[in-house]
Parts: sequence; structure tokens; C-alpha cells
Amino acid sequence: MIPLLSLHNICKEYPGVLALDDVSFELYAGEVHCLVGENGAGKSTLMKILSGAIRKNSGSTLIDGKEIEINSPIDAQKYGIGVIYQDFKLVPELTVAENILLGKEARKGNSPFIDYKKMHQVAAAVLLQLGEEIPTTLPVRELSVAQRQIVEIAKALSKKVRILAMDEPSAALTDKELKNLFRVIRGLKAEGVGIIYISHRFEEIFEIGDRVTVLRDGKFIHRCPVTEADRRSLIRWMVGRELEQEYPKVELTRGKEILRIELLNAGILQDINLILYREEIFGLAGLVGAGRSELARVIFGADPKESGKIFLEGKEVNPRSPREAIDLGIGLLTEDRNRFGLIMQMAVRENISLANLRDLLSGPFVNKAKEIAIAKKFTDGLRIKTPTVEREVESLSGGNRQKVVLARWLYTKSKLLIFDEPTAGIDIGVKYEIYNLINKLAQEGIGVIVISSELPELLGMCDRIGVMCEGQIAGILSRSDFSQEKIMMLATGGKEEVMNEG
Amino acid sequence: MKGESSPTAISTALRRSLSEFGIGIALILEIIIFSQLSPYFFTAENILNVSLQSSITAIIAAGMTFVILTAGIDLSVGSVVALSGVLATSALKFDVPLSTGFPLAILVALIIGIVSGSIAGVFITKFSITPFIVTLALMTIWRGTAFIYTDGRPVWGLPEEFSMLGSGRIFEVPVPTLIMLAVYIVSYIVLKYTRFGRYVYAVGGNREAARLAGINTNRILFCVYMICGALAGISGILLASRMNSGQPNAGLMYELDVIAAVVVGGTSLFGGRGSIVGTFIGAMLIGILRNGLNLLNVGSYVQMVVLGVVILLAVMLDQIRKR
Repeated sequence: MIPLLSLHNICKEYPGVLALDDVSFELYAGEVHCLVGENGAGKSTLMKILSGAIRKNSGSTLIDGKEIEINSPIDAQKYGIGVIYQDFKLVPELTVAENILLGKEARKGNSPFIDYKKMHQVAAAVLLQLGEEIPTTLPVRELSVAQRQIVEIAKALSKKVRILAMDEPSAALTDKELKNLFRVIRGLKAEGVGIIYISHRFEEIFEIGDRVTVLRDGKFIHRCPVTEADRRSLIRWMVGRELEQEYPKVELTRGKEILRIELLNAGILQDINLILYREEIFGLAGLVGAGRSELARVIFGADPKESGKIFLEGKEVNPRSPREAIDLGIGLLTEDRNRFGLIMQMAVRENISLANLRDLLSGPFVNKAKEIAIAKKFTDGLRIKTPTVEREVESLSGGNRQKVVLARWLYTKSKLLIFDEPTAGIDIGVKYEIYNLINKLAQEGIGVIVISSELPELLGMCDRIGVMCEGQIAGILSRSDFSQEKIMMLATGGKEEVMNEG
Repeated sequence: MKGESSPTAISTALRRSLSEFGIGIALILEIIIFSQLSPYFFTAENILNVSLQSSITAIIAAGMTFVILTAGIDLSVGSVVALSGVLATSALKFDVPLSTGFPLAILVALIIGIVSGSIAGVFITKFSITPFIVTLALMTIWRGTAFIYTDGRPVWGLPEEFSMLGSGRIFEVPVPTLIMLAVYIVSYIVLKYTRFGRYVYAVGGNREAARLAGINTNRILFCVYMICGALAGISGILLASRMNSGQPNAGLMYELDVIAAVVVGGTSLFGGRGSIVGTFIGAMLIGILRNGLNLLNVGSYVQMVVLGVVILLAVMLDQIRKR
């Protein structure tokens, strides 16, 4: 059988990095081929080459055994290649229907006027195929992240695709939505569409994949049927070494109180009461929109509080700006580090020192020699992979970017650090390093709050978990009471039936 | 500092300076071409002349660089030039000795600029109105104010000594040229070596991330508009001095020349990227172009077209280089 798609000996070089080193890949019709690897392994680069967003340096592309060149996204479309990117390519101001049919609008006959009635019908039909009911007249900006993901998928499906590449399509989906997605994927398979599925979540690979290809550092490492792989072997191929356990929990004995919150109200937050101790890792669980990030932002002074009291080390504090919070010794590693954490076009050095430049001042001037020394200390200490501290942060991988943010807050010598989704989009290897760092910080007596949507992460790393639901703390669990079911129950306000009890 | 001299470090440094470098090459090319075409071009006198002619827009362009680095824009600078010119010259006509009147006039010019910048800053930071709109409004407001105040007539009859400021020379170098050089040296130091300069880049690069890193972003924005306004105010009195009168229609369309200098100099309108050296080269490139075309007797209509083409070419080259 001739493969639907073959990529032979693909190389792609960026200044200073070989992003893809002689990688070959093939996809048969009706196959779900999973592509796994850590960030920087080359998955996204391969997708971009396939979609025509960037050009390869060498290698060949074959479709149905015939050699072709993909020089632009239009070429890719012509050959029936659809790519769903991780970061959505939707126009927020346009409606769902307009987005789904962007570039192939239904017109009234051959006139230049758009036939909106037909547009909505077609869009609704595609959505129905996905088992989703999203009003097609809504502007995309009003949709939730999960709904946007669905629209993105619908957009790809509305074209006649033979090859569909999905880059982390499940990142924002709930279980129910994921099941729908899998149903759609199976439907496409049956129609002979070849699917490239990129995901960090192994369960999904085992459920939907036929074959899996592992890349590491731009090189091909392993390919096998999914049935011949397990979690442990996948991790080994991806990381290149054996990991003893995923969560390196250390035993901590709870110390003195570091943070106390009494009857805090702000925005959606209602009557929050919370006590946090030194030498413990406190997790915050909850659904998206439950108020976890909002709570972090209020503690950090980024959003105002309406009423209530915050005590740091027993003293009442009232940070009205991030600056005041930082001066009190509070640090926040924001969710979405690219949007809220980093200044992309600035150097690693400048990003590390940004919150604590006063420490580097001689008169009005920044002492650059000292700044370089500090930046080097942290890039070495945290093993941030960058050619020099002068490299712009935008050229770093996700994990290294997160470490740069972490370095910034370590340099401010914070007493309390709030990690909001610290490992989102980060490799297993670097995750492990970050867990170890969090452990070390807690052992050193720094108050640590970890917000995460990955329940196993919270269960694996925390000493206590506060579960939030609709702006309130629905309950706080100690390690001995930890269970996924209890957390889900609290997070959904007891509405979700506990499925696999016992 | 081993890492700093490694090949990758050098390539990083090279890449960073290439934007200034590229435009610098354009400047050198331009100088060579005009030197060939006109024997008078590359004489000390003409070089000083160019520096004098470019000085006023160049001084404002330094301020505009601060603003554009924060992803802002200030369209009001031309009108501030006019208002500061007419008010400063009016101050000169008070019945006080020149030793008081002179500093007073300069003070008035500075205050006008700072007030304008502060008003822009308040609307931009406190009411979150986009800089384009705020400064567009201020542009017509200040222009109108200048006309109302003078009833459309220039302020004449100024003391002769006043012309020293715009037309005087110290060791053969025109005073505005010296002021321009001072402004650029200070701006360079501020942007490159101070915490404030770092914050300007940070705010322009990612405003929310900068705020969450503890930077008082509103204060930075406020300051850059004040700096830009103050420099426009100074330019206003310099121009009035050169014309020996306060003209309510002075500085018309200056904002465009100034923005052109900044953009040709490689500073991104999206903020966070650019340099004061680039702006200086950009301003000189445009100034030399004007001067050279004048020497070659190219009419002013053609000059407008040529200038537009050069702006497009310069920015196009910059884009190609980035790929």
C-alpha cells in the first residue's frame, strides 16, 4: 500500500538550532498516527512544514507516492492538508459561522454578496457532525476556550481534507468534549482521512492512536504500533532516560503560618478563608473559571479586593499593585507565561532582572556586569538552555521560558510564591525539574501555592488541596483524604455524579 | 564572561545591531552619492548646515522614540511646536529685562510641552483612550489655541538677542545642533543604561507582563509623553528663534517627518524594539536627502515623492532583513 503522505529525510535549521535532523514520517489513509516528544522535539516544526507555514531545508514530501512541494499554506490546502494549531487562528470579532467558512463563504449565486442563511446552515451542519451546539451567530470572542477549539476543528473539517494534523487538540477540552472529538476522529478514519495527532496526554494516544512516532531534539527516536508502547516506554523514548516516578514528592512537616486570608471578596470571589503554612505545598484545584487565578491575582495586588483581610506572616497587608506585593515578598508565576509573564523580545538577562532592578542600580544606572552575573547564576542553577543570557526569550522553548520566569521570582527573594499552571505545555523532563524546585522552595520555608488543572499533578505534589467552585472555596483536603473523585465532586459543587467510586 | 565572546554571543550581538547597521549603510551610501553629484555637499559648512536643518525634527524624534517604544504615538508634536513658539515669544515681550525674559521664554516652552504631554498621559493611562486618538485631538486643540491666542497673526518684534538660540553658533557649530547632540546623548544613556529606559522597552514589549513584574506602567507611559512633549516644546522655541517670530502655523505636519525618522531608524510601531541611534540615523538620512536634493535643484514637489519612496524602501529593507 502506498502511504497517503511520506516525508523523507526532512531537515530544518534555524540559526543555531537544528530543529529537524533527517526525520522521516509516513501516514496511511485511515490511520491515526500519534506524534509525541517533548517541546523542542520538532513536532510543531514538522507540522509547520506540512502546512506550508515554513519551508524545509532539505528532504522530500510525497503524497500518494508522488513528490510535491508545499511552499505556502495555499499549496497545503490544495493537497488536502488541514492543520489545527494549538494557538487558535480565529478572528474574534467574526461569528462562529464566518470563522468556520472563512475564505470559502457561501454567496448568493455568483454575486459578491454573502448568503448568510446558507452560511449558518453549513456551519451548523459541520458543528452537528462534531456533536456540538454552538450558536453560529455568536462572535468567537464570546466563546469559551473549549468552544473555540471546537470551532477550530469545525473550520478544518469544513474543507475537504485528506490529511488532518491536530496539535494538542484536547488541551482545553472537557471529558465529554474529548469523547465527541474522538467520535469525529473515528468517523474521519472510516472515510479514509489520515490523521496526525499530537498530544502530551498518553491516555489519549492509547485510546485513539494506531501508531506512534517519538521525536527527541529534532531526531527520530522510535516508531511502533500503539499497542506495543506503554506509558513508561514512551517517557523513556521522549526523555532519553528512565524516570523513577513522575511526581517527586518529599515529606514536609508543616511550619508556621505564612499567609492568612479572611473573608475575602473580590469580583467573583466570595468569602474566601484560607490559611497557608510554611513548609507545605498548597494546591488550588477547580474548573476553569472557578476563581483560582483570580484569587492569585488579588493576593498579588494585580486586581483590587472589595473586602476582607490578608495577613502575611501574621501582619495585615493590603497590596494594591504588583509592585507593593513584590515588595512584601509575594511572587506570582502567571498562567500563560507568554502573555502575562515574559517580555518576548527582551533578553533572558533582562527578563530575569525585571522585577528586581533596584537591586542592580548604581545611581540611576543598571549595573550590567552584576546583572549578567546574576543572570548566569540562574541560567546555570536552573539549567536554562540558552546559548547566552543575551538571547531573546522568544527563541527559547516553553520549559526554558518558564524557568526564566521562575528565575525572576527567585531573584526577588519572595516569601510566598504562587504558581499558576506552572507546567502547562512543558516537557516531562523539565516538569520534573520544576517539581523538584517547588519541593526545595517549600523546604526552605517559602510559602507555595500551586494552581493546576492537571489533577494528578496536584495529587502527586501537594500536602493540602483547596478546591474552588464558583468563586468559593468548596473544601480543603489533606493528603490523607486526597482522591480525584472527592476533588471533582467539590469542584462541580457536588453536581457531577461520582462515577467510579470504590 | 566566557559566554559573551562565544560565536553565538557575537552573532546575537550582530543581529541586534544590524537594524542600526543596515540603516547606517544606507546613510553612508547616500552621503557617497550626493558627494559625487555635488562638490559642495561634503564640505564642513554644508554638513553643519544639514545638522542645523535637521535639528528640530531630530530633537522631537528623540522624544517620539520613547513614545513609539511603548507602542504609542504622539501626533500633537507639530502643534505643540506652534503653541510653545507663540507663547514663548509672547513671554519675551513682557516688560522685563532680557536676563529674566529669556529664561522665562524657555521655561514657558518647556511647560507647554510638559503640560501637553501630561494631558496626553492622563487620557491614555487613566481613561485608556488610545494614544492615536488622544494626540490627534490634542493636535487640533493646540493648533487652534495657537491661532486663537495670536488671532492668526505671527508674534513679531522680538529682541535681537533671541535669534542667538536658533541661529547662533558656538565654535562654528549651530546652537540647535549642539542642543540636538545633547538630547541624543542623554536619551541614549537613559534608554540604554537606566532602569527607566529598561522599563520603557518592557512596557512596549508586553504591558501586562511588565505590570505583573511590578512596573508602574502608567507612570512610564505618562513619562514618555512628558518627555516627548517637553522636547517638542524646546523645538518650538528653537524654531521661533530661527524665524525670529512666533508663528501659529509653525511645525505643520512635523509629526509626520518625526514619525518617519523614527520608523526609518528601525523602531517598531508595535513597541519594544528600536533604538535612539537608529532614530538619529533616520533623522539624518531624511535631512541629508532634503539637503542633497536642494543642492541638486530638485523641486520641492519631487522631493516629497522621493522622500515617500525612501521611507518605503527603508522600512521594506528592514522587513526583508528580519526574515
